[in-house]
Amino acid sequence: MSAYLPVAIFAAFIVAFAVVSLAVAWLLRPSRPDPVKLMNYECGAEPIGSAWVQVPLGFYLVALIFIVFDTLAVFMIPWALVLRTAGLPAFWVMAGFVGIIGLGWLYAYREGVLEWK
Amino acid sequence: MARAAFVLVALLAVGAALGLVIKKNVIHGAMFLVVNMASIAALYYMLGAEFLAVAQIVVYAGAIMVLFIFAIMFLIPGKDETGPDPRRWQRALALPLGALLLILLLAVVAAVRGTGPPAAGPATSGALYRALLTDYLLPFELTSILLLAAIVGVMVLAKRRPG
Amino acid sequence: MTLPPIAQTAVAAFVLLNVVIGLVTYVTLLERKFAARMQSRIGPYYVGPHGLLQPIADALKLMMKEDVVPSSADRWVYNLAPIAFLVPCVLIFATLPFAPGLGLADLNIGVLFFLAVSSLEIVGLFMGGWGSNNKYAMLSAMRGVNQIISYDLPFVFAALVPVVLAGSLQLSAIVTAQQGLWFAAYPVIGQLGFIAYLVATLAAENRVPFDILEAESELVAGFRVEYSGMKFALIQLGEYAHIIATSYLGALLFLGGWLGPGPAWLGAGWFTLKAMLVFLLLTWVRWSFVRIRVDQILAISWKLMLPATVLLLLVTAFWVAWRSGGGA
Repeated sequence: MSAYLPVAIFAAFIVAFAVVSLAVAWLLRPSRPDPVKLMNYECGAEPIGSAWVQVPLGFYLVALIFIVFDTLAVFMIPWALVLRTAGLPAFWVMAGFVGIIGLGWLYAYREGVLEWK
Repeated sequence: MARAAFVLVALLAVGAALGLVIKKNVIHGAMFLVVNMASIAALYYMLGAEFLAVAQIVVYAGAIMVLFIFAIMFLIPGKDETGPDPRRWQRALALPLGALLLILLLAVVAAVRGTGPPAAGPATSGALYRALLTDYLLPFELTSILLLAAIVGVMVLAKRRPG
Repeated sequence: MTLPPIAQTAVAAFVLLNVVIGLVTYVTLLERKFAARMQSRIGPYYVGPHGLLQPIADALKLMMKEDVVPSSADRWVYNLAPIAFLVPCVLIFATLPFAPGLGLADLNIGVLFFLAVSSLEIVGLFMGGWGSNNKYAMLSAMRGVNQIISYDLPFVFAALVPVVLAGSLQLSAIVTAQQGLWFAAYPVIGQLGFIAYLVATLAAENRVPFDILEAESELVAGFRVEYSGMKFALIQLGEYAHIIATSYLGALLFLGGWLGPGPAWLGAGWFTLKAMLVFLLLTWVRWSFVRIRVDQILAISWKLMLPATVLLLLVTAFWVAWRSGGGA
């Protein structure tokens, strides 16, 4: 039996729980909609336009840097497992890897890219 | 059982990919992309590549998805893609290029057909790293240069930021 | 009576789901009581003895409540968001071993599975914020995703410190490796790792002082402002399940999991006690500090936490590699 079968069954149960509880609530709850109630809640002010507006570029930049270090994290996970057997050579390989990316981090820091604007 | 699971996951992957292409609403497309990435991770697992499957979830379903969403929110603020497509002529290329890809895939499948699954390769994380440390040491270290280039790319974008 | 293996697994999964729901229900009460004590209040008191039935009453109330879907919302995304949020938040419990052999699936890449699935909560969070088509919710979702990805990295690197020390990703193996000494008790490395883990958890769970995504005074209820009734309940359930699971993981990685004096069957009790300790530590911070600004939050992550945790991990790795004396 696959090690992930219990995980899959558990996930199915979670979805079932969510669906069943939503269905039960749907049977029990009242439903008295009116146009004002269905308006977006903006603390009493009338909403102007849609909420789907342009966001600043800063978010995109954070996500880009995130991917770089996320990749580093993914590389470090198998490395963490073999340290005991592979010893110091394995350490130096990763130290070099981190060092090169660290240069990029340092440059980004000095140029102020890590500031939120 | 294994075959049924494969068919289910494969259908999910193809369905999500179709949803991604057909949906006009780009955020819906991004959500289909997450489903697609996750089902591809499941396929990796079925091939015995457990570590790769989880890495696919971490990097693609997590990080790349966020990148796409932020890019969409920056570039296409509204709900749908709007206006006429300025690169409409490129659609004519879709069919021949798609056919080429299909032929390539068929050729690969034909080449490996009947050879059976590869011998238990570097499936576990430990073996994977040992391979990186010995046979693929140089490409591995070069990856860090690639990531460094990505950081420099971010900085170019940041410098050209309007305002 | 013996059941076929698949039925046994199904029963185990069902029991675990109920345990998680029960835990979440009563941990919310624990937090309210704890917060009340901190502010010299009594907290929930009237429903049942000492307010013990309050969570049940809350759940029933939410179930009976009218479900208001804003007319301008994107219905599909809006309605699916609570489920998309709930599933990863509860699914991470699957790999936690509560005592030796007492867990649903003790995967051999347990820690990695936990980290990968737990980061998927941002999908549901973004769907909720975007689907509502509400400016507060949208802002909150953008801030939330931004903050969670920023602190995901220090969180991963801090969680890798025990992995390096134990040399395994399997959660039960990490506990066994702590039989001599809990990882939190390792000189310098352990304490720094644990502190980094706690700070990253606070931020990844969007709790004060890192709660700009909710920030009641500016964003009302954050990305869930348009949700009501059962959908709101599912989102709350997911959020608390995530915090509790992360507390359990912290207790397992740094505080020795189920290890403790007494007979083996006490293990799950010790583990839960330690996890609650971690949770109350987080709650203590939540009710003591003030909110900090978004640029400060991001600066702490990218300029301090990220390099510090990577360095810590490298130092730990050097120590382990040097001690083992192995040479390839």
